[in-house]
Order: sequence, then structure tokens, then C-alpha cells
Amino acid sequence: MPRRQGGSEMRVALQIHMPPSSALQDDKEYVGFATLPNQVHRKSVKKGFDFTLMVAGESGLGKSTLVNSLFLTDMYRDRKLLNAEERITQTVEITKHVVDIEEKGVKLRLTIVDTPGFGEAVNNTECWKPVADYIDQQFEQYFRDESGLNRKNIQDNRVHCCLYFISPFGHGLRPLDVEFMRALHQRVNIVPILAKADTLMPSEVERKKSKIREEIEHYGIRIYQFPECDSDEDEDFKLQDQALKESIPFAVIGSNMVVEAKGRRVRGRLYPWGIVEVENPAHCDFVKLRTMLVKTHMQDLKDVTRETHYENYRAQCIQSMTRMVVKERNRNKLTRESGTDFPIPAIPAVPDSETEKLIREKDKEVSARAGAWVSCQGLHQSHSRMWEAWLELRAALSPTPACSCAGLWSPRSPWQHRQPAAGPDTLPAWRISTSIPLEELTESSSIHSAKLSSALWPPAATTPPWVSLSQNWASGSFPPQELAAPFEGRVCSVHGANWPISLPLLALTHPEADVVSTLPGPVQD
Amino acid sequence: MEGELVQPAPEETPRDANPANVGLELFGYVGIEAVLDQMRIKTMKTGFEFNLMVVGQSGLGKSTMVNTLFKSKVSRKPTGPGYEERIPKTVQLQSITHVIEEKGVKMKLTVTDTPGFGDQINNENCWDPIIKYINEQYEKYLREEILISRKRKIPDTRVHSCVYFVPPTGHWLRPLDLEFMRRLSKIVNMVPVIAKADTLTLEERAEFKKRVRGLGRESVYPQEDFDDNSDDRILNNKIRDKIPFAVVGADKEHQVNGKRILGRKTKWGIIEVENPAHCEFPLLRDLLIRSHLQDLKDITHNVHYESYRMQRLNESNRLALSPINGLLGKDEVESDL
Repeated sequence: MPRRQGGSEMRVALQIHMPPSSALQDDKEYVGFATLPNQVHRKSVKKGFDFTLMVAGESGLGKSTLVNSLFLTDMYRDRKLLNAEERITQTVEITKHVVDIEEKGVKLRLTIVDTPGFGEAVNNTECWKPVADYIDQQFEQYFRDESGLNRKNIQDNRVHCCLYFISPFGHGLRPLDVEFMRALHQRVNIVPILAKADTLMPSEVERKKSKIREEIEHYGIRIYQFPECDSDEDEDFKLQDQALKESIPFAVIGSNMVVEAKGRRVRGRLYPWGIVEVENPAHCDFVKLRTMLVKTHMQDLKDVTRETHYENYRAQCIQSMTRMVVKERNRNKLTRESGTDFPIPAIPAVPDSETEKLIREKDKEVSARAGAWVSCQGLHQSHSRMWEAWLELRAALSPTPACSCAGLWSPRSPWQHRQPAAGPDTLPAWRISTSIPLEELTESSSIHSAKLSSALWPPAATTPPWVSLSQNWASGSFPPQELAAPFEGRVCSVHGANWPISLPLLALTHPEADVVSTLPGPVQD
Repeated sequence: MEGELVQPAPEETPRDANPANVGLELFGYVGIEAVLDQMRIKTMKTGFEFNLMVVGQSGLGKSTMVNTLFKSKVSRKPTGPGYEERIPKTVQLQSITHVIEEKGVKMKLTVTDTPGFGDQINNENCWDPIIKYINEQYEKYLREEILISRKRKIPDTRVHSCVYFVPPTGHWLRPLDLEFMRRLSKIVNMVPVIAKADTLTLEERAEFKKRVRGLGRESVYPQEDFDDNSDDRILNNKIRDKIPFAVVGADKEHQVNGKRILGRKTKWGIIEVENPAHCEFPLLRDLLIRSHLQDLKDITHNVHYESYRMQRLNESNRLALSPINGLLGKDEVESDL
């Protein structure tokens, strides 16, 4: 008979031996998915966690010591400090140390990114650029991996948290601190830290913390915000959370050494006037920082990085790629094979034959859908044919002058109408332009100038214009049917004449036309 | 030349060949030592002047240090809680003058502060305003000295000592520190100190000093070239071994063992500023005030000012200007400050 074990054991919904009736009653209502967290837990323990922490700040603020104290390892055993002569020419570097830590069966792969040389030089303009570039690089790498074909083993090197060390010797934030944080707050979670806090008396600590908080607000820097407590958490937790929020920036002290104090061995610093204990909450905020970073908020930091910072980067990336592709397209001839609707970052890996086949199939499908899509050049040819037909029709119609403005306007101001110099035989400007190849058309011809085309054809905000057009064409109905309705019975406000025939050409050429999309044209940004 | 006035009795003075070079023994009380008293009375009446400049990044405790040195609120900053610190965009120089009196001796103390030094992102040439200021003071003195009818006591605004505050990183001197000290030790007496030294444990302090000391040993005060005699050299060597001093400043008093002591009270103990076991503030104070104050002034006058004067007169000689005539018009002289 299966016994009911403790809460962590999974209760099997299907029982082999029928239990007594009361247990059966229970099982009827019990589905069993309450054990899902345990399953997740087991899986992640097997897989292990990874966390990337960046430490940034001027040299000599105790960054390495703090990292060693936080994770109780010695990451910087082989570090050599440069002497002053060498440092004059030093630039900011980014160094990475990876360490695998295991505690009670849980594995953590910890990556520490350090920034030696930051703020060291006499002229520190843009010294945060290498740091920002590094973070962007990691995002880009992840973006490529994510958009690639093989996504099984993506390595997540994105920086999850940046501890920024503020010097305790200044009065609040220095200009360099402000610039660094402003450059990075959109890219990474910044947790400000007041370094070497054993320099400060308690009143000074309070004063500096409130000053720094004020300045952070004043400059609009968005540091990492702790998530709000749920209302059903217990009071203790809420108080703790509140205390945590009010301790920003954390005033920390780090130490690699263990000293003897009052008979106990503590991690701390030994001074002639006393001993500073690193893990004493009354002395500094080290314990709070460690709790926050490792025990309570590590997952949240990763989530915010993934959901906010990475998504922002991705959106920006895609937008800029879209714009680039559009520009590229407008320069080259548009052909059938000119790509799919949405740009994908170049896949660096060599696709195998299976995927090649897949790609080819997709290609066929796409072109089949856009069946009526012909090249722009062909489009212009067909339009010129239609224009000629219309001219003939107009000539054959009633003597009342048709709207003489059709197709004639000065290149300089599209809305200015000018009388045709020599009657109906004068070719409209639009007509002339069809003999110009498409490349030159976009550049020189002002008829397809940006203002005009966008005024005639405001592109929809979200979908690219060619997408909607292909849909139109794919549906098989050529625009004329749809456009007929708006123009029937309309009177040209400029010339007072009746609109003779509604044609998409007229729609293109008349300033009053408010047609949404007739022709694909060059989209200017 | 007392030797000429008093003829020594031959049996009392077994002398060598040249009587003029050898000090002669007196057989009675002449009263030469009374000249010291005369000097003392005179200087007490006229008073001393001392000009100190403090340079360093903001927040290193420069003003507090000055207050601690002179045990009074000399510095410009009120340390009240509502006071706003603004980092100025360029280096500014602010001088405050006070007259302090102790046991009848008056001292006119001028402290020049340099807010904005090293605080910007781009700190290139942030030492230029300071060099300009120092040279301007030399120039002022030079002008007064060159006049035909000079004042009896030329007002001395030359900077006698520049105290440079090095942040206690514990690693190395920063490039900014190096550049500044190199340039300024040529024109002024430079005394580097490690600011806020309560950040460093004793081992860290020793390490830091070892690394820092190799640089510019010749140029920081007390300079090796100007030791007068071997006694001086021994004393100065002792001082040079300890440069830069690791100092802590405090202007609040606390009760320790029944005494009121200047110090900083933290959760883990009280840092006593005047306790040599805790920090080296007493050494700095002795150097600047108790033992080497006059020496600082002398070296400023005899060495730095003289080199400035030589440089300027060489320049103005090229302009066909004679110092004897004292024709130094403002537009004629182009100072290359």
C-alpha cells in the first residue's frame, strides 16, 4: 500500500492498491500538479545555475576583496598590480573569471567580469564605453544564438548584475559615477555599493547614503529595483524587504582575512583601535548584500535581465536592422528572391542539407503567395499602358474639360498645379518618368519624392508596406475595384470639374487623393 | 668678530696657525646670546606669516585636516548637516586668512583650498590653475622687491607648503597624483599625505608606503639637496622614511579614559587623531608647525623663489629691461605663467 510520505514526495494519482475510502475521497479532488515546483527544482539542481556578475568602479575600492568575501573563494590569486609607470598608459580592459561553486549539491557557475583600468587615467572621457560594448556584445551573442537553428546549448553570458562601487571619500556621486550609471542603466541591473565603509562613522554613512539616493533620483538613473512583496507574505519578510530597500546603496566592507576577536574567529579587519567584522550587520551591510545577491534575488536579477534589458536590446536591434534592410532594398533592384518579410540576423553556422531543403521549400511557398507580385519595373510598364489608355478615353469623352490637373504639377511643389503648356499631348511628368530606370527614379525624380509618396500613402505603423500590398495582391483583387467607390461623384475642388473616371492613376496623381496604397514606392525614413 | 676685540691670554688658547678661522673661547660673559631674545621679541611683535595650500580630490578631508592642524575652525566649510557640497566645474582657488595667537606669538595663516581638483571626468591640466596661482604669488613678491623704494616688510603671499592628499587606495599612486607631484615639486615644497588613513590596516599602510616611496624621493619636502649639516640630514632622513604620512583628521572631541581627545568614533572603536599608534597626524603637525615651519619658509624664499626670479629676469633681460631702474610696467612684461 503506498504510504503518504512527506510533502516533498510525489503522490501518484493512480494507486495500485485501493486505499481505504477516505483516502479515495481525497484523491478524487487531488490532481497532483502541486508538485510541479519540486519537479522544476529537481531538474534545475541537476542542470546547475549560472550567474554573471560584473564589478565596476575605480581601482582600490576593494572590488576583488569583496568578490572573494561574497563567494568565499580566492579568484584573484594570480593578479599582479601594475606599477604607476605602467598605469599611465593603461586603458580599460574587461577580464572574466569563471568559477564553479557547489554547495549542498547545487552547482553554480559564477562568472565575474572585472573592469581594471576604469577611472584610472587623467582623462577618463568615455571610459565606460568598453564596458557598455562588452554588455552589448554578450546580448548580441545571445541574440544570434537564439535566432540560430540549433538552440540546444546556448550559453548565457549576459551580464545579470553590475555592482558599481562608489568611493566613500567623495561627497556623494562623482561626475564619472553619474556618467557610467547613465550609460549602463538601460543595459544591466545596477546595484550601487558604497565601498570601504569602515572609513565612515555611522552618521556619515547615513548622510552619504541619502545623498547618493537623492542624486540617483536627480539624474534619473534607474538602478535595480527590488520587486514588491506580495501582500500575503508575512510581516517579517515585509520588514526585511523594506529594510533592504532603504539600505541602498549598500555600505560594505570586504575582507580576505580571518582575525581573532574576543575568542572567536571572524572575518574582518584588524585596526589598532578595534576590529571591524565583515559579517556583523551592525558594522556594515555586507550580509544584506550577500543575502540579496545570492539567497533571495539572484533569480529575479536574471529574470529582469532576460525580460527587460535583453528584450530592449533585441527590439532596438531588430528595428535598426529593419531600417537597414529597407534602405538596402531601395537601393537594389527588387527581385523575387529579395528576402522574406522579416529580417533575421545572419546565421553564421553552415546549414545542413535538411535545413537547405526546408529553406528552399519555404521560399517557394512565399513566392507562390505573392503570385501577382511583379517587379516594380513591370509595374511601371503596365501603368504606363493604362495611362495611355486613359488619355485616349479622356480625349474621346465629353468636351467639358476634365480635371486638367491630372498628372501635371511642378516638381518643386507637388501641390501646385500648372497648366499644361501645350494641351493634352504634353506628357504628364509621371509619364515621362517611366522611361527613367528605377534606381535613378528614386534619387532624382521628385515625383516620387518622400513627401509626396508618404502623403499619398501613409505607411501603416506596424506592418511594412510591402507586406500589406502583397496581401492585397495575393487576395487576387486588384485595387481598382476598391478605389472606385471613394471617387465616384466627387468634384475636383481645384478645378470644379467632375472627376471623369476613377483610376488608380488618377488617385496617384491628384492631390486630393487619399488612397492608402496603390503602388509600392520608395519609403523614405 | 669677537676675536679681534678680546685678546686671548697665550696660555689659555692653544691655537693653530690661523686665529681668524678658529672660534675663540670667551673668558667672561659677553651677552651674545641675548640676541636671541631680541629676535624673539621682535618677531613676536611683527608676527609670522604662513601660507599653506591643500590640494586633493573632494571629500578627502582637506578642510578637516586644516582645522585639526590649527585646532580651530580655520577652514571655509561649515560642517553642519544641511550643507550642500557642489563640485565646481573647474579648479578654483579659495584663500582664507586668519590670525592665530598662541602664547603671545601671532601667526597670520593663509590657507588656500582647491575645490574641483581631480573631480571631473577629464582631469587633464587641472593643475594649471594651481601652478598659475603659485607663480602669481612669486610675481607679486618679485614686483615688490624690484621697486626702488621698497616696503620695509614685503607682504609675503607665496605658498610655503603644498599638502597633497593622496586617496588611500592601497595600491599605487594614480597617474593624476604622479603628474601633479612631479610638476609642483619643482616650484613649491610638496608634502604628500595619505588622506583618510583609517581605511588602511597597519600592514596595508606599510605596503602602500613602500610602493609609493620610490617615486620622487628627491622632490618631496624635505628635499635631500638642502640639508645643511649632518644633524639635519639625520633628522630629515627619519622624516623621509615616513613620508607620506598616513593621517586622519577629526574636529570632534570624545571622551576616552576620562580625557577629551580629538577623534573619530565608529562602531568598533575610537580613532585617536593624536595617538602615534593610530595615525601619523602628530608627525605631520610637527613637520609643518613645530619643527620645520621656518625651514619651509626659508626654502621657499631661498630656493623656489630664487629660481623663479632668475627665470623671470632672464626673460625680461631679453626685453632689454634693467632691474635697477625698476621699470617694470604691466604691459611690458609678459608672464609666461
